[in-house]
Amino acid sequence: MKEAKQMSVSAIQNGTVIDHVPARNLFKVIQILGLDRIDNQITFGTNLESKKLGRKAIIKISGVFFEDEDINRIALVAPDAKLNIIKDYEVVEKKVVVVPDYIVGIAKCMNPKCITNFESVITRFKVVSKKNVSLKCHYCEKITTQENMQII
Amino acid sequence: MKNRSLVSIDDFSTEEILRILDLAEEFEKEPTQKILEGKVIATLFFEPSTRTRLSFESAINRLGGKIVGFSDSSNSSVSKGETLNDTILTVNNYCDLIVMRHPIEGSARYASEIASVPVINAGDGANQHPTQTLLDLYSIRKTQGRLDDLNIFMVGDLKYGRTVHSLMMAMSRWNTTFNFISPEELKMPDEFKLYLDNLGLKYYEHNDFTDIISKADIIYMTRVQKERFSDPIEYEKVKNVYVLRNSMLKNTKPNMRILHPLPRVNEIHQDVDNNPKAYYFEQALNGVYTRQAIVCSLLGIK
Repeated sequence: MKEAKQMSVSAIQNGTVIDHVPARNLFKVIQILGLDRIDNQITFGTNLESKKLGRKAIIKISGVFFEDEDINRIALVAPDAKLNIIKDYEVVEKKVVVVPDYIVGIAKCMNPKCITNFESVITRFKVVSKKNVSLKCHYCEKITTQENMQII
Repeated sequence: MKNRSLVSIDDFSTEEILRILDLAEEFEKEPTQKILEGKVIATLFFEPSTRTRLSFESAINRLGGKIVGFSDSSNSSVSKGETLNDTILTVNNYCDLIVMRHPIEGSARYASEIASVPVINAGDGANQHPTQTLLDLYSIRKTQGRLDDLNIFMVGDLKYGRTVHSLMMAMSRWNTTFNFISPEELKMPDEFKLYLDNLGLKYYEHNDFTDIISKADIIYMTRVQKERFSDPIEYEKVKNVYVLRNSMLKNTKPNMRILHPLPRVNEIHQDVDNNPKAYYFEQALNGVYTRQAIVCSLLGIK
């Protein structure tokens, strides 16, 4: 193993490293992936320096390997996240986050007159644009754009 | 279509829309029959809409169905703070089908997911009003003999008008040419024009239509409401441009018909009413046949 660079967050033997999470959205990522409700060892660092994001966060989860469709749910809050799959301290696979076709929960509909803002309805959206993410509400059929997006 | 709900016009395929229109034609020939006998239909009007409610109730009554419901939520359990979820789950037990009007957008889709009986959306805020769209399609097909390749003029408030948006989307299935006539402040929103662009359909935008009226097969009038204008002077300037008068109809095509979702205020002058091209009251009657067709279709009776 190469020496020199000291890690801000210590290495894991087996599991998943989620890197390049925008620092302000760290806890949203934790919430979306349900990391606050599992027993595995998790270490994270936040407000780390990043050339690309300014301040980034990194999460290392021992013994957890995500399905693509689960990990893609963080695309709204961490579109540039990179995943390293670690086995025996080695990166065996790298993954990027892909914006899914449908989003369930996670985001709030920006239409103040939408039923999802009146009753306890789980929001559902069709992703109508992936580049500059925009979501069409399954209920009121209005578009929520990236600038107006609020994470629940 | 048994046990399906009708929330948005896009819920129905082109074949299904045509099937409803064919069925409505049958009901026009025989609007009074007892095929809904023994059926109970709930009409839940969380906001008043006398016209739509009477049309549905007339449609159901003529077929021998019974109606339960309310015409204004202020005298129902809603005013006590009951959720829509609970209202639907309760009413669900009492009826075979729910007709619902609600001021909140998306409420009909939500209700259709909770209810075990079919739900017909009779208007959810500014979102959808598919039975209006179907009766408009019925009126167009009946007066023109076809839906294909028509030239449709939409006049007035094209920005907020829910009925024109739905009708435009629906008619785009039949190679329609559109002419949009509106004041600058109430133009057809870009998202709908983009929709037509993507389909490669032709549309033209105008501020006035006296010069081009001879091209129209259908003129669909809507109300220009004063409260839509940020500047009252702007309203004063344009309010008379979008009023249809009998003298303007001289050079129109013989097959041309004037439609309006009603209620009308002053956008169609009363002197048009006696012109055989005025079709808006027959259009309202067509609403009864169309709603008979929708109700029976969703109940699996026809």
